[in-house]
Amino acid sequence: MSDELLDLNCKELRDEIAAGRVKSNAATEAVFEQIDNYEGKVGAFLSTFKKQALAQAKQVDDKIASGGPVGALAGVPVAVKDNMCTTFGATTCASKILENFHAPYNATVVEKLLAADAVIVGKTNLDEFAMGSSTENSGLKKTVNPWDPGRVPGGSSGGSAAAVASRMCFAALGSDTGGSIRQPASFCGAVGLKPTYGRISRFGLVAYGSSLDQIGPVTRTVADTALILNVITGHDQKDSTSVSEQIAPVCDYLEKIDESPKGLKIGIVPQLNEGAEQNVQKAIGKALEVYKNSGAEIIEIAMPHFDYAIAAYYLIATAEASSNLARYDGVHYGYRTPRPNDYIEVYSKSRAEGFGGEVKRRIMLGTYALSSGYYDAYYLKALKVRNLIRGDFTKAFESCDCVMMPVSPTTAFKIGEKIDDPLQMYLSDVYTIAANLAGVPAISVPCGFDGDNLPIGLQILTPAFTEDKLLRIARIYESQNQWHLKKPAVIK
Amino acid sequence: MKNIIDEQKVRAVAKLSRLDLTDDEVAAFSRQLSAILEYVEKLNELDTTNVEPLAHCLPISNIFREDKIKESLGVEKTLANAPQRDGDFFKVPKILDDSSGA
Repeated sequence: MSDELLDLNCKELRDEIAAGRVKSNAATEAVFEQIDNYEGKVGAFLSTFKKQALAQAKQVDDKIASGGPVGALAGVPVAVKDNMCTTFGATTCASKILENFHAPYNATVVEKLLAADAVIVGKTNLDEFAMGSSTENSGLKKTVNPWDPGRVPGGSSGGSAAAVASRMCFAALGSDTGGSIRQPASFCGAVGLKPTYGRISRFGLVAYGSSLDQIGPVTRTVADTALILNVITGHDQKDSTSVSEQIAPVCDYLEKIDESPKGLKIGIVPQLNEGAEQNVQKAIGKALEVYKNSGAEIIEIAMPHFDYAIAAYYLIATAEASSNLARYDGVHYGYRTPRPNDYIEVYSKSRAEGFGGEVKRRIMLGTYALSSGYYDAYYLKALKVRNLIRGDFTKAFESCDCVMMPVSPTTAFKIGEKIDDPLQMYLSDVYTIAANLAGVPAISVPCGFDGDNLPIGLQILTPAFTEDKLLRIARIYESQNQWHLKKPAVIK
Repeated sequence: MKNIIDEQKVRAVAKLSRLDLTDDEVAAFSRQLSAILEYVEKLNELDTTNVEPLAHCLPISNIFREDKIKESLGVEKTLANAPQRDGDFFKVPKILDDSSGA
């Protein structure tokens, strides 16, 4: 019974619960049984809230029993990446510097999940402060890929993707600064959406690269992504970068999910795709065939500046990070070194002892890029190149509805494979970063497996604030495949 | 590989960043940051003479709201995570030297 329950997707479960056929309590119990069985192997969570979750579930069940109205995620167990503030449990960012930090408020997305009657089962592991592509940079826990425990789950939202894939929750929130939702979703065989910058409030999301960060869902199906997006999207007075709904109206993303856009034109950049591993290229090629067979036209486009995205990104993101992470000063909250000799050491030793290697590396790189004498050569140059990259998208979308490419050049790599070579790790983000620089939405959809039975992801990108179209395009592929229904090795 | 950022520069940046680095970290960062900076030099292949810098992608600027007093966190919640507190204050080591006469 619990297996059958866990195989339901969010939307199915929500419908069953709302109709009174399944109790949220049963679904929540099933999730915690799954966590008891597999969390020891996967390591997706930094904290779980069984007692609170069962109490929330009971509340929803009671509401339904008494015929009251319930929210869009009525009784559905979900997880939240541990860089989003919650008044319950700690908000650690997988960093020693915030290991004991208890946020005084909920992130807006958490408030929205709760208002929609979702049940929050736990907070998921990540690369420290969301800096990384493998979750190996977590200062607190190791997460493995549910398809092969010798491999990384991707990152930085590795815990969210691994939890969804191993059915320890029905959906999770992640955050994406340079691919941190899409790449782990791809590595774990899940659907992952990075919405348009400004679509979702970042209030209560611990900042990394403020002009790039965006919260989004990790789910098992495209419809579930639409369902979660419906709940978390929209303007928030508490985030001045969340866009007014007058400028960019929100819609019901689920309502027309099965209406395929007519006369679809798909742009591809052949040279770009050729940079991926053979098996990834093959899977993308087959996915394009599916679209062609359903009447889409594939056209070749040029994105001459795409190749410069990584270089621009690692200057802009680290510059923003060096500024954002200046707040960890050992004074107001977070870790403080036990015996500082003077007030300067409160800062410099607390930070040295509290931050992990990758965080220090990015703070250093960003500080350097912003420092006197280098600002124009590095940071300003990167911002100009960013404009050129956005221009590539603007031009591309004049001739096509969407652009398709791989999410990652490889499938999940081995734990330890890239951890000692930061540049190699950065280069694995080659396909995902441009969407953040250009602010456009992008989704990862499961599109097959390689010879080692590791999932491959198809990436689809559309113009800013066209998530409705993006999801409908993704749904065309998903509706003709069963990839998203496969279960990872760990839980078989 | 070019030594773009030598150990002396690494130490200078670490000071700006308020990070006490070990000698091993200084050596590793010199090597790793040089490799990364060498890679990002590819940006110079592009002529950006007449290109405006793009700080963010939104069609918005200067967001205002009414100047109304709203509820704030309050002292207890604000101090709840303080590493050290003294009454209603954050406690830190002495900042001014007694002998300076300041």
